[in-house]
Amino acid sequence: MSCWQTIQDYAFRSLGHGARLLPKDDFTLCEQITLIGSGMIWNVYFGFFALITGFFLATAVALGKASTTTWVRKLSEWFVLLFRGSPLFIQFFFAYFGFLALKSVSPIFNPFTAAWLGALIVLFLNTAAYTGEIFYGALRSIPKGDVEAADAYGFSGIPRFRRIIWPTMLRLAWPAYTNEAIFLFHATALVFFSGFPAWQQRGDALYYANYFADKTFNPFIPYPILAGYFILLTLVIVGIFGLINRHLNRHLPQDARRMKRPRMTLIR
Amino acid sequence: MFSYCTDPSTLEGLTWLSCYLTTGKHAGFYISFGTVLLLLAITAPTALAFGFAGATAARSRLWPIKWIGKTYIAIVRGVPDIAFFLFFVIALDQMFEWARHKIKCPDWDQPIRQGNDFVVCQAAKLPLGEAPQWVHETYGFFLAVLTFAIVFGAFAANVLFGAMRAVPQGQLETAEAYGMSRRQTFWRILVPQMWVYALPGLSNLWLVLIKATPLLFLLGVEDIVYWARELGGTKLSRFTEYPHGDWRMWYFLVLLVFYLCFTKVSELFIERLMVKLTHGQATTGGETQRKAPV
Amino acid sequence: MKKLVLATCALALSAGMTMAMDVVRMGTEGAYPPWNFINDSGEVDGFERELGDELCKRAELTCEWVTNEWDSIIPNLVSGNYDVIIAGMSITDERDEVIDFTQNYSVPDPTLYVALSGDVDVDKGVIATQTGTIQAAYIADSDATLVEFATPEETLAAVRNGEADAVFADASFLEAVAAEDDSLVVLEKQVLLGGGVGMGVRESDAELKATFNTAIDSMKADGSLNALITKWEIGSTFE
Repeated sequence: MSCWQTIQDYAFRSLGHGARLLPKDDFTLCEQITLIGSGMIWNVYFGFFALITGFFLATAVALGKASTTTWVRKLSEWFVLLFRGSPLFIQFFFAYFGFLALKSVSPIFNPFTAAWLGALIVLFLNTAAYTGEIFYGALRSIPKGDVEAADAYGFSGIPRFRRIIWPTMLRLAWPAYTNEAIFLFHATALVFFSGFPAWQQRGDALYYANYFADKTFNPFIPYPILAGYFILLTLVIVGIFGLINRHLNRHLPQDARRMKRPRMTLIR
Repeated sequence: MFSYCTDPSTLEGLTWLSCYLTTGKHAGFYISFGTVLLLLAITAPTALAFGFAGATAARSRLWPIKWIGKTYIAIVRGVPDIAFFLFFVIALDQMFEWARHKIKCPDWDQPIRQGNDFVVCQAAKLPLGEAPQWVHETYGFFLAVLTFAIVFGAFAANVLFGAMRAVPQGQLETAEAYGMSRRQTFWRILVPQMWVYALPGLSNLWLVLIKATPLLFLLGVEDIVYWARELGGTKLSRFTEYPHGDWRMWYFLVLLVFYLCFTKVSELFIERLMVKLTHGQATTGGETQRKAPV
Repeated sequence: MKKLVLATCALALSAGMTMAMDVVRMGTEGAYPPWNFINDSGEVDGFERELGDELCKRAELTCEWVTNEWDSIIPNLVSGNYDVIIAGMSITDERDEVIDFTQNYSVPDPTLYVALSGDVDVDKGVIATQTGTIQAAYIADSDATLVEFATPEETLAAVRNGEADAVFADASFLEAVAAEDDSLVVLEKQVLLGGGVGMGVRESDAELKATFNTAIDSMKADGSLNALITKWEIGSTFE
């Protein structure tokens, strides 16, 4: 079977399109690269949507942690501790257990036990907690002069936050946030590995890498392929975040635009 | 353990639980907590050493060394740790045995790779075939530490590399003006100062390292997750004196509490350090401190 | 010819090796009762523990037991971390290409379905299996919907909470479970997969394979193997 044929059969296998059966013997390099690449669709899906949705919750969490209202602050602190303090591995386990219990309460919860929604929710909450902590750290590192200047210009309340504090916070948090995004995409590899079941052999990149390692009994080919894909993905993330960083810092003098590591920010 | 534990099927409630929780199998579970803590205690400084070496290499003026350092950081950081854990231990083990084989058995004429088999001479085996079980386990533990250190060393290298650049250039120029050599400037000015900048990143790395330990079972170490799964699974009365249903949830709950407490303690410690560092800084954090009622 | 030369070399080699190899390391999973499991005192126990100890006694070898994750049990054998796999591993062609098997020490075990009720359509329904087993491969080939879990425990949980219609696994494993759980029913349909269970050894370890084959022969001959199979309810006995 030619490599082109393999690509047609397996490029969208992780979504359930193409050939129904996975290759069984005479595994070619082409098959391994195609199928593991096909699985990457899920890794990108989980990472992308968790990152976007998590961003908004993270802003709320950061503000919650900085809030002067006790119960809001406590709630945010507990949320961050729960999701930053426990391994993702264990979060997936409890989430799957919990969603199963909810399912018996009402059929509305049926889709939650499937990875595409259930795992996405866990990753969303997880990244919101980590990013919230990063944003909170950035919030504390905002130069006091900026805020004082805003006060002097008569900014207050929501306009002060939207025009002054929030952009500065993002600018300061950006390098650490880039790291968090990389970690998030890496964490998506855990979805099918421990946590959610794979239906009809539709899984992520690690699922297929594992499949090949299992069938060929040789871990030295599929896992490096997987690693290669993730390195590419990481490069893309770093590139996109670098562009956004340039946009955020476009008002600064040319040589100051490069990512500057603020002293107090947290990397994950 | 207790004398009344000879026939657990007659026991109930707390007495049953006291027997159940003191079986030899549970001892393995309790010991594994120690294993994890020991691993963390050894891995942290080792990873820091790897990180220091990596960062120093990445700063080197010799391009091959610089290139090696940068590649190490970029590749390891770009790959999910789980992908490394799945094949690194076997790769490291084979690498060591291959090296020993070349040294110890130079006149061995058989190929090392016979089909799928990886065969080295008996003297090159690690650990030696007749070594007792604890040597094998220690070796496995050592491989796990090394794998963790290589992976987290890359992250530490990244943090230290950034910290080295954060040390104000003026300080280094002043050192040079005082006639210090490059080496002296590095060891006497740069290294002592960079820790202040590296601390937030490193302390976070510590928290990440703690949370990576549930993947230890992939490296062949019988860790807390291995035992929680093993003990929590359904037990039939044919195979145990303490039959029970699916109790994994309770065991994982214990793990959850363990990790939360461990993280909380680490965070409190880090927070105290941070307060010290933020003190007097012209940031909103420092400002809050200044305005806070004493 | 080339194979013959290789085999002779391997034989000559391993003859020298057995001198140094007094200790044989037995790799098992420890999570598959009644074949192998960890008992209350934390040691490997089960049918294969007793069988392995007896075989080692007859072959005059000192044996050491180690546990390893199922996923990496073959890569660790070929890389030399232990010398034998004795973990309820069915003899299949694809495994046989990578490692060698001794003769089978159990009659091929039929594979069964277990469900919550007797009227599940297993040909069209949702079937839970453990990832990477021969059962998973079989269901993937059929019209049924396959759903894979990392451990046998989770496959059973999936049936109990309605995620899957039935579990597809070895008879000895499922019968033990169904015997103690009234809600589970063993379905009538059976499938014969694999060529019985054997010990896995490295292809370069012809000597060790021969030693164990002789020991298994002697246990088959005097009926002690059948006695063990009956004791642990592994399945049918050898004729």
